[in-house]
Order: sequence, then C-alpha cells, then structure tokens
Amino acid sequence: MNIPSLRSPIFIACLGLLTLVVAPRTASAIDPAVVGAEGQRVSVVAHVSPTVVAIFSPGGQGGGSGVLISADGYALTNFHVTNGAGHFMKCGLDDGVLYDAVIVGIDPTGDVALIKLFGREDFPFAQMGNSEALQVGDWAFAMGNPFLLATDFHPTVTFGIISGIHRYQYPAGSFLEYADCIQTDTSINPGNSGGPLFNLAGELVGINGRGSFEKRGRVNSGAGYAISINQIKNFMDSLRGGLVVDHATLGATVATRDDGSVVVTGILEQSEAFRRGLRTDDEIVSFAGRPIRSVNQFKNVLGIYPKGWKLPLVYRRDARKQEVFVRLRGLHRQSELTLNQRPSRGEDPQPAPGQPGRRPERQPGGRRPQPPQNPQRPQPPKPPDHLAKFYVERPGFTNYFFNELERDRTLKGLAAFGDYSKETGVWKISGVFSENNSVPFELTLSEKLAGLVLDGGKRNFVQELNADSKFEDEPPASGGLLLALDHFRRLLVLGQKGFSEFYYLGSEPLDGVGSHVDVLYCERFGARTHWYFDRGAGMLVGFDTFRDDDVDPCEIRVDGRVELAGRPFPESLIVRSGDREFGRLKITGALLGPPAPSPPDSTDKKTESKPESKPDSN
Amino acid sequence: MTMWLVSGIVFLAAWHLSAALLTAAEPAERTIDDVSRRVVKIFGAGGIRGLYAYSTGFLVSSKGHLVTVWSHVLDDQAVTVILHDGRKFEGKILGAEPQLDLAVLKIEGDDLPYFDLDSASTSGVGTRVLAFSNMFKVATGDEQVSVLHGVIAARTRLTARRGAYESPYNGPVYVVDAITNNPGSGGGVLTTADGQLLGMIGKELRNTQTNTWINYAIPIGELKPVINEIISGKFVARAERSDDSANPRRYVPVDFGLVMVPDVLFRTPAFVDRVLPGSPAAKVDIRPNDLVLFVNDDLVQSCRLFKEELGRLEAGDVLKLVLRRGNALIPVEMPVEKKAESDTDKSRTRNGKNKPADEDDE
Repeated sequence: MNIPSLRSPIFIACLGLLTLVVAPRTASAIDPAVVGAEGQRVSVVAHVSPTVVAIFSPGGQGGGSGVLISADGYALTNFHVTNGAGHFMKCGLDDGVLYDAVIVGIDPTGDVALIKLFGREDFPFAQMGNSEALQVGDWAFAMGNPFLLATDFHPTVTFGIISGIHRYQYPAGSFLEYADCIQTDTSINPGNSGGPLFNLAGELVGINGRGSFEKRGRVNSGAGYAISINQIKNFMDSLRGGLVVDHATLGATVATRDDGSVVVTGILEQSEAFRRGLRTDDEIVSFAGRPIRSVNQFKNVLGIYPKGWKLPLVYRRDARKQEVFVRLRGLHRQSELTLNQRPSRGEDPQPAPGQPGRRPERQPGGRRPQPPQNPQRPQPPKPPDHLAKFYVERPGFTNYFFNELERDRTLKGLAAFGDYSKETGVWKISGVFSENNSVPFELTLSEKLAGLVLDGGKRNFVQELNADSKFEDEPPASGGLLLALDHFRRLLVLGQKGFSEFYYLGSEPLDGVGSHVDVLYCERFGARTHWYFDRGAGMLVGFDTFRDDDVDPCEIRVDGRVELAGRPFPESLIVRSGDREFGRLKITGALLGPPAPSPPDSTDKKTESKPESKPDSN
Repeated sequence: MTMWLVSGIVFLAAWHLSAALLTAAEPAERTIDDVSRRVVKIFGAGGIRGLYAYSTGFLVSSKGHLVTVWSHVLDDQAVTVILHDGRKFEGKILGAEPQLDLAVLKIEGDDLPYFDLDSASTSGVGTRVLAFSNMFKVATGDEQVSVLHGVIAARTRLTARRGAYESPYNGPVYVVDAITNNPGSGGGVLTTADGQLLGMIGKELRNTQTNTWINYAIPIGELKPVINEIISGKFVARAERSDDSANPRRYVPVDFGLVMVPDVLFRTPAFVDRVLPGSPAAKVDIRPNDLVLFVNDDLVQSCRLFKEELGRLEAGDVLKLVLRRGNALIPVEMPVEKKAESDTDKSRTRNGKNKPADEDDE
C-alpha cells in the first residue's frame, strides 16, 4: 500500500470535508481554524500510524521503535536498538500483528540500522521528507513505543516543535556521534529510540535516538535529538547493501580562531586533502557547499557523509581561495566496526582510549545496558526456519545476504557490453591517445601483463600483474592506467570471479557533483577498483582503480559506445588522476586473441596475500 | 449543478485548510528569529565537580547591558558572552542581587538588538509561551539557542522554604508545562507565542522532598526595578540574606582566624581557604582546603550554614568542629573568646518585601 501524498488535492478535499463535519458538532466558541488544525493533525497521525514499528528483541529483554520506508518491509531504527538483539527480531505494527524481521545493515557511528520485515509485500510505509527544509519552530511529532507501553503495538504520539537544527552531539563513547541532527522538545523517552520524527505533513524527517539526560534521570528533559533523514539518505544504499557502514574524516583537524575563522591545525600527509594542497593554517571557507564558521559546522558536514565520498572543499591561504575535491577517509578501522567481534563490550560503547570518560548512558533505548557477565554474548534464539536463509554471516558485513542482492542487481548493468566470458586470450586495442596532441596508441592486455605503446613505439609502458608485482603509476601521472585497464578486462571476462573480493558498496554522487551511481567494489592482489553504474539504465559510467593506500587512484570515465568485434565497447576512456586529466583514449579497433592454453587464473583466493577480507579501506 | 457543489466543497475545504495551517504555523519563524537575536550564550566558571560552566542571558539595552541568573558561572571576574551572530565579547558584572537570583552584565557593544523592559508583558494561566535558552550548551558560536514551547500552568509564589525548594528567591513565578529549566537554561527568556518578553528562566530547582524539578520563570516585573538600579548605578547590594536577620551574628569565621572560600553557590561547601597565622584556628592546626562537616555536632552543608552556626555562638562556648582532610576526619575544639564590641547589624539596607520565608506547609 503506497500512501498517497498528503499534499494531493484529494487528500486536501477530504480534510476539508472532515473539518466541515467536525465543526458543527463542537461548540461554536471554538475558532474553526483551531478545529481545522486539530482535524488535520488527527488525520495525519492516523495516516502515518501504520508505518510505525515496535521492535522487540527475540528474547524479550528490550526493544525500541522503528519506521517502515518501503512496501517490501525495509524499516529504519537505531543501531543501539538492534545491537544486542541478535540478527532476527520481532516487530509489532499498528494492525496488532507481530512480524518477523532480520537485520540488514548498520551504521554504528550514526546510530542507524536498517531492518527488513517479512510477511507482507504491501507494508504501509512513510514518505521521506527533506530535513534540510525544517525550521526552528516548526511543529513536529514523534511516534514510537516509549517505555514499551503499547502491548497492542499502537504507537504513542508526542507532539512538539523543532527546537534547533544543525546540532552537533559528541560521540557517546567511540561511536554514536549525532552530527547535524535535529533537536526537538517533543517528548523522547526510553523506547522512542529508532522511531520516526514526522513533520506536520506526515513526512519522515528524522529518526529519534537521543536526549540530553542528566540529573533528572533517563526521561525526557525537553531536549531530544533525531538523526536527520537527509543524512540517512546518504547512507541508505550502503545499509541496503548489508554493510557495516563507516563515517568519514578529512584527515585534518581544525580549530576556531578568535576571529571566528576555522583553520587547519593538523593534517595527515597520507590524506587526499594533503595531496590536493591543504596545509596547516589554511582557513576552511566551505565544505560540501556549506559555509564553515565553527568547528561544530565542520563536524556537522563531515558527520553526514559516508567514507569514500568526494566533496568540494574551499580553503583560503594568503587571501586566495582555492576549491578542491577530496575523497573522505574512513573514520574507523574495519576491526573497530566489526561488532560481532566485540564480546567484551556491553551494549553501550566504551570511551575510546585517550578520550575523556563520557557518560555513555545517553541513548533512550528501551534496554538498560548491562555489564556483560561473561565474555560470551548470549546466543539469541534460533530464527524461524523459513527465514534463516535471509541472514548470511560474513566478516565485515552486517548481513551478506543483502549485499549479494544489491551486487547482482548492479552487475546486470554489465550485460550491455555483451558476453566476453570466452575472450580469455590476449587483447590488443588500438586507437588515438590525446593529451596535448594526438598520437596513436596500442594497448596489450593479457593475464600476466599489460602494456601500452604510444606514438609508434616512442613511449612504451608495461605493468606486471602477478601476486608479487608492484603496481606502478604506469604511465606516470595516470594513477596506474595499465592496472585499471587490466581490472576492466577481468571484469568483462571473468566478472566477480576475477577478483578476490567483490561486493556492493552503496551509492555516491559521481565525482562529488554528478548524479548518484551504484558502486561495486573489487580487490585483487591488494589493488582495488570502484565500479560506477548509472542508476537509470544501469550502464557502467566509470571506475577508479587504487593501486595502493594513500595514493591518488586512476580515474576512468566511459564516454560513448562503439561496436568492436561485434560487441559494444566504450568508445572513449577519459583518464584522470589527482586533480588533473591525464588524457583520453579513443578506441578505434580491437583484436581479441584466441583463448590462452592454460585456464584463467582462478586461484586468486589462495594466492591473495591479504589475510582478512574486508570492505574498502581507502 | 453537481460540479458547482463539488467545487464549492473543495473551495471551502481549501479555505479551511489554509486557516488550519495558519494556526498550525504558529509559533512564527520570524518571532523565534527576533527573540533569538536578543538572547546570548554565557560561558564562565565551572566545568568541575558537575558544575556546568555555561548559562544564558538576554540583552536589555542597545549598548550591551544584559541580564542573567546569579550563579557560579559568574564567579570569574569576566565571562565570555557570545551573541546570536557568533560575535564574542567579554562580559563584566555590573551588579547582582542574589535574592532575586539576578545579575546584570555589560559588554562593550553598540546598536545591539535588545528587549525593552518597559514593554515587557504579563500573562495568565493557559497562555502559550516559548522558552529560549542555551540549555545543555547545545549551541555554540552563531548557532541558535534552543526553543521550547508550552503553556503557563500556574502563576504562583515559589515556596522557598528550606527543605523544599532551596532558592533565595521566593516571589511570584510563572510555572510552565515545558521542561524549560535545565543545565544552562538559567537567564534564558520566557516569551508569549508572539515574542513578548514575560520572564527570565530561573536556575534549576529540585524539590528535595519529592525529588521533582520545577520549570519556572521569574516575571520581568519582579526584576525590572533592580535591573534599572544596577544599570543606573544606584543599586546598593543587600549584604546578607533576609532570613539571616534572626541570627544574632555574634561570631564570624575570621574571629577564629578562618577565611572560607567565596560563597558563590547557594550551597557552597564549607571549605577553608586560608588560616590566619597565630589565630585560634592555626593553633589547632586547621589547614587550607579542610572541609567543615560538623559544628557542635550539627551537620553543616554550606558556607552559609557554617556562618549561621558561628553567629549563634556565645562567649564561653566551646566550638567543636569536625573537618575532612583528604580521607581523614579530624575533630578540633576551640574556646569561644569574648569579642570586642562591633556592629552586628550591618545587613539591612532596605525593608519591604524581603520578609522571612513563607512558613506555610504544603
């Protein structure tokens, strides 16, 4: 059941009728406007009530709230609600029915979790609003299951106003940072965690998760905080991909100076920001298009983007402004986020080493954190048999089942290139390479070697492709074009089998400014490629190959299609690295040699030198 | 005909909706913006032992006079005042009236947005109100202070009896149904829904008998005369609290050679700051940083209570103290010597409404 927009004319007409019907019944002394407002409120609440989820851990030891966002049962909640509940939980809806649900993806830093309910294909779901449009003073209402009161799962409604926007709340422990969040005086109590904050139109604008709790105990103190829905949208595809998503750091620390400017006080030399020229004492003017006038504003911007996204950064040095694009680094090491390997921790994060002890008990989850009695987390009850297949455990993932789902969906985009699976021989591709002037090029790609000949042999480049090969910036300043093209050939010929790691990473705006693309991730011999697929037609629009940590990748963008050897092939490859364009390969011919006598290298997994499989760590 | 009817209904419906939305749009964004510009964030002393180092204030003149609650945050000679636009000023304390929980500060500004105290309003029970403050220090720099909404639940006197609400102020207050009084809220403003100034949000107050917290604001009318006196330089501070008037005040700490820490909190722990050489206290080896726990077997929880106990001593008594030094409890005894004549009634500089606290039972 898709709910019609609350702004549709039909809805407005119905609302008006409702007002007309209600008005005569109430005393004439009441201002019709007041009656109308009440009628509107009542109907909006009734309208969104079916989308609100009461979440219970299977052992019945606690719970929280959530909200459905799709007809097939995806629902948002807080990480601190699902953490400790196991992989399966029980979810009650307004209809009084208890549904089964499985964990899909988690964002431990942002305190968000995505779950999926089973049992219907027509779940009522909330429309997502635009939290950026909220203004202080706007009415807002929270729904959920505070104090786990509703045994019939009818959600509780609390009503209030937006008390503040763009709030920054420091991490409670090492996780659970609330950046750029919404502050409301709507009552947020234990059990409200993970539930929706709606605007007056009934659009989902935030996920309630925190309050300022001090000496009055763990109950509403007039300051509740909701994670903005716009932040969650940035992470949504990664969550749907079953990942443990990470937030980002610029690799630089900043401080506010007395004149109100925000300056860089330290910078990691391995960071992309450093490579793009940012240095200590530079003033941060804007970040991701938002002016930066305080450290909180800087943290607010950083806090709402996943790692790996490219964002525009404007800095000032000696009165000269400079705009650069920087790819954000991960905030945590993967091992820090791998939650099923944290048996010694309770449900509340502990303060990180070197961090002053913070009060951890700031989440109004329905469950009181208990110090673990023994180092083993109690085994959750077994899930129902018919649901067991929806959870696949794999290190680095919340639920690998959902990653396979998204990966296979995205991989369909490769079909546009036709079937290359038999073309395991040596590829010879020719055309014109242009940087300042144009010269002919000849590219040779084989299982063990990639080579490029420019201008009839005046310049030659080669890259070995063995497990112990050192991947070079070959040709120089390309970022590793030969390695990137080898990955491209492997993708076409072998698909995901050509790599030791291959999974769905989520979505991001292409190059920090373009429309959103689906991202697939692969890894082989320590080198990694991100593949970008257009979200409309599903076509491959480009890829970035990282030959190593902390160096600029080779960025290739695909332009046009050409028919080669009876199959579609990219017409042009635009090659960039760092902040400059390396050149453009225009492809005019291809010769795909006969299959090599030995079978393709299918032993990557065994020869892979990296011990631990893990999501992207660039 | 049917068409007309339908469009008529739709038209009426739309009209109703727009009226409804108008009501629902309150409180207006403009009002909130206007009020927020007159509210400032104050950062000062504290930050240790659970004492927060921040509070709120509001401007009452274009030249930078601002009003806040009298609290330990002002214990520093100068505090940092941050305007709505992020501008940072040093605030100097012009004057304070602890009995009203009131302090007036001055920043060197010009042409600042401010509340005109003469046009401050009063309101009755049921009035919709907004509360503006930097509670929990949520806002820094140019970030807007927090806004809460509610209604006036009662207009009443704050029962200031010892044992219920431990506040020096016992005048009329607005009690509101929103949780307005949080850490750092003190000195914020309570306004009508259209932004007219009603009162100053008071300090956090807990009823020690029921362990509940009260959300209240002191009406501007109660504060205005003193604010104006402080600004015009005519204010004479009442040196002591009114309910001390019954105390004969025969002895003070310095009579024993004790200098206590400054009494800035309502319940400042009775720490010894200095011991005068050669004094009775020095003879029994009382040391700086000793905490006075008992006076003649009575528990004293604050500097004020300690001073009250000393005030009741008579010559010839023995003063028995129990001190805490580190983890040790140290009993000492000192004879109470006869004092030279002194003016013990220097406290009352004015009469009138500062009568002893209400003794009604609740």
